[in-house]
Amino acid sequence: MFFPVIILSSIGLGAAIILFFVSKKFKVIENPLIDEVEEMLPAANCGGCGYPGCRKFAQVFVESDDVENLYCPVGGGDVMKQIAELAGKIVAVQAQKVAVVRCNGSCEHTNKQASYDGAVSCRLADSTFAGESGCSFGCFGYGDCVPVCDFDAIYIDEQTGLPVVSTENCTACGKCVDICPRDIIELRKTNKKDLKIFVSCVNKDKGALARKVCEVACIGCGKCVKACPHDAITMVDNLAYIIDDKCKLCRKCVLECPTHAIHETNFPPRKIKEEPVKKPEVAEK
Amino acid sequence: MNTSVKKIFTVSPSPHIHSEGSISAIMYGVLIALIPAFAMSLYVFGLGALVVTATAVVSCMLFEWLIQRFLIQGKLTVFDGSAALTGVLLAFNVPSSLPLWMIVVGSFVAIGIGKMSFGGLGQNPFNPALVGRVFLLMSFPVQMTQWPQPLNGDFFADAVSGATPLAFVKEGLSKGDSISDIVPQLPHMFQMLTGGIGGSLGEVSALALIIGGLYMLYKKIITWHIPVSILLTMFLFTGVLNLVDSQEYMSPFFHIFAGGAMLGAIFMATDMATSPMSPVGMLIYGVGIGVITIAIRVFGSYPEGISFAILIMNATVPIINKNVRPRVFGAKK
Amino acid sequence: MVYTFPKGGIHPPDTKLAAAESITTLAVPDMVYMPVSQHLGVPAKPIVARGDEVKVGAKIAEASGFVSAFIHAPVSGTVQKIDKMMCASGFYQDVIVIKTNGDVWEETINRTDEVISDISLSAEEIRTKVLENGIVGMGGATFPSHVKFIVPDGKKAEELIINGVECEPYLSSDHRLMLEKAEEIFVGIEIIKKAIGVPVAYVGIEKNKPDAIELFSTIAEKHPTITVIPLEVKYPQGGEKQLIKAVTGKEVPIGGLPIDAGSIVHNVGTVFAVYEAVQKNKPLIERVITVTGKQVLQQSNFLVRIGTPVQQLIDAAGGVPEDTGKVIAGGPMMGKTITSLNAPVTKGTSGILMMPSTESKREEMANCIRCGKCISVCCVGVEPYLLMSLAEHEMVDELQEHAVMQCIECGSCSFSCPAHRPLLDYIRLGKNIVREHTKKKK
Repeated sequence: MFFPVIILSSIGLGAAIILFFVSKKFKVIENPLIDEVEEMLPAANCGGCGYPGCRKFAQVFVESDDVENLYCPVGGGDVMKQIAELAGKIVAVQAQKVAVVRCNGSCEHTNKQASYDGAVSCRLADSTFAGESGCSFGCFGYGDCVPVCDFDAIYIDEQTGLPVVSTENCTACGKCVDICPRDIIELRKTNKKDLKIFVSCVNKDKGALARKVCEVACIGCGKCVKACPHDAITMVDNLAYIIDDKCKLCRKCVLECPTHAIHETNFPPRKIKEEPVKKPEVAEK
Repeated sequence: MNTSVKKIFTVSPSPHIHSEGSISAIMYGVLIALIPAFAMSLYVFGLGALVVTATAVVSCMLFEWLIQRFLIQGKLTVFDGSAALTGVLLAFNVPSSLPLWMIVVGSFVAIGIGKMSFGGLGQNPFNPALVGRVFLLMSFPVQMTQWPQPLNGDFFADAVSGATPLAFVKEGLSKGDSISDIVPQLPHMFQMLTGGIGGSLGEVSALALIIGGLYMLYKKIITWHIPVSILLTMFLFTGVLNLVDSQEYMSPFFHIFAGGAMLGAIFMATDMATSPMSPVGMLIYGVGIGVITIAIRVFGSYPEGISFAILIMNATVPIINKNVRPRVFGAKK
Repeated sequence: MVYTFPKGGIHPPDTKLAAAESITTLAVPDMVYMPVSQHLGVPAKPIVARGDEVKVGAKIAEASGFVSAFIHAPVSGTVQKIDKMMCASGFYQDVIVIKTNGDVWEETINRTDEVISDISLSAEEIRTKVLENGIVGMGGATFPSHVKFIVPDGKKAEELIINGVECEPYLSSDHRLMLEKAEEIFVGIEIIKKAIGVPVAYVGIEKNKPDAIELFSTIAEKHPTITVIPLEVKYPQGGEKQLIKAVTGKEVPIGGLPIDAGSIVHNVGTVFAVYEAVQKNKPLIERVITVTGKQVLQQSNFLVRIGTPVQQLIDAAGGVPEDTGKVIAGGPMMGKTITSLNAPVTKGTSGILMMPSTESKREEMANCIRCGKCISVCCVGVEPYLLMSLAEHEMVDELQEHAVMQCIECGSCSFSCPAHRPLLDYIRLGKNIVREHTKKKK
């Protein structure tokens, strides 16, 4: 009866002593700030900052002098401000961003030219053919972007066959942007009400070709460029692009676009009063 | 654009053709290969064999369907033949006199725990039929080792219990008898080859099992590596023992024809999901099974050890697969 | 003695439906569409402009870079435009469109059928001819041939291997060419031997073409340095590395080229094109294309001007059968599906295959049952089942470790998988992932 008790107790005691000395001897001295910073980070460990996990980010943030390039897209400006205060550093305030899907080539806007019967993967399909709609720039809808999202912020709409970003969940980590073989998803500036204006098309073909495969393609007509009072729209390779830093969300371009390729989100409906004023303007052109 | 309806073609990456092979073709191929052994067991054990097999097949398929339909709510693959095959193999591993409710329990363990809990077909690390069998053997040792003696065609006669040749030898040796005392009381080698020895359903006739194995080889369902390496290892191992002391150890021929050796080597160990994928790996696996089987038979307390041997080697398959790789073309030799 | 490569390989049903049909010349099309990129490497640069008149065989685009090829006008007429057009896989490519007007050839081209067997040009001149006439590998890879005529410093070409294997089911263009242009091909082999400076040449032909083997063996008696080697029927024996292994027993090291094993491989179609380029001064403007399929009315082997729309070939073979589900450029194992029949045929198109809709859909995939079939059929010794799951989970390092880049994409694994798993699809994806990763690292 006694022997087991003594043996077990002495083993326990021996191990405790060894552990005590080992922990003394091999103690890693770390800046306690790292722990504190890590506490404040969102703990998503998504890698959106470019470092493997929040801990590594915290370590780099605390240890390096130049923190200009460090940004936690998930925490956003608030968290960055907090950790900067804590670490006594200055960070530039970056605008909050959100992923935007720049394709609107759903089944109702395109004609089916082929039916794909391979492994369900956009990246594989991209090396096989142009796309079921015939648009060699548009979204396949096979959803490579869905599983890479750690925040359940993107899903494929069954009706349109296109990915939809849930702006509430999206942290702008950029994983979907990286995986998309056709660079359709972009991180764009957003604001509290999530008001955005963007060109929902990436087709660089000439207008006629683009229009042939998709009703709502950007045909590169340039009307929006002229309509923009803030010089925020560029036209490269037959494709309009709205620079979000310059865009003042005036919504003038949206009305101009003949193919409705420019999308606005979460704006209140246009006031009926304004409409009679605006309508003649459009009609004149 | 022309207004005629454009033909929509299918687009896919190559290859655009596929061989005739499919999972159900493989499963039904194995089932066909089991027909001779089943016919033999019908002849030897009478209707009991049919009842046991039918119960196992039906309950295995039923459990698979229930689990897929209500628990996993995934694709139904009941009719691809794999559940039926598990049922037949389970039945072949039990005595024909086993109470039917035990078979149902065994089927549940085989399909539910042995197969579906790991994710279904192909994902199971252990051979499901053997999981079921070993579960039954552990839980109901008495019933699982009461072997009805062969009826040899007399279909409706009452079964008489007795020992299998392996158990008989083991018992004799433990009593202190020498091999030369035991051998005359054993069935003749020819009888063991063709059938008519006591034992579980499937193991009565080595010859019928070999015919089935040849059919599977011909159909390219299995390769020679696993069965040959198992049997050869058993033969060599027992051969050496027999040379050392022929009064203590049975002859190698007895060992490869007795008990579940043939059934295990040809049908159980070759289960695709639980055996290595490369030829060299298969040989390692086969040798392992052979050695462990004989070790259990000769030195262990169970008269038969192939089920355990296969399950143990099943556990090593991932390691074998990981370490035995084919040589990449052009790699330095 | 019959040779083959030792590891892996499959035996898909032969279905060489058009093997008995002799080569017929297809009418000159009204319009041709010449993509500027119909070879491996840098696309050619157009040197004609809208409205230019061209004769058959005139240069219309020039090679821009070492691995690139010239392109010539396949018809005479007017250049209508140089524009983007949908090509076989549905992508838009730069295409030179020529509207046909008569059939006027460049005077320098010898259009007679006479076999000229004296090789008067020097090795250097032969190489220039091959480059100038836009010859590319016609087995499907379309690698510019002149590159393979130069043996890099420090390497030695020990033998020339001529690929007459045609291991793809359905296709028979090379087979017909061997039967009908045997003498020319032998002269072509002598030309290539001279240009590269190799002492011996082997012609590998699979046993399912006994007539070609017999014919070639008879002619080979007159050519002491050329040996015909009958090969066991096994796919993918037409793969360069597999063919070298089958014929010589040598292995091309990982990441190496055939020349690293001392071999140079050319396809019979290429050899014939080289013959025409060198002896007749004729650029690569035509090729033999098999038009076949189980329900095609007229199985055919056409001699077609490159740039002809696929539709015309199919019309000449009796039109698209009622329930065609898939049209493939090339063979059923490695060919690419075509989305639009207006797409032109290119230098690398060896066949047009129409599959009935019942055969064109893949079956639903099931769980991997770990049967090991994919490993046993893989001729390069990778483990497709493993690569598939590694690719699914984007494990880049493991993919590289398991030699994903060695895969030659022959499709044997997908073909034989009993669970109908799209193994090759995912291996391709894995290769893409690895390529992207290495690009990023740089």
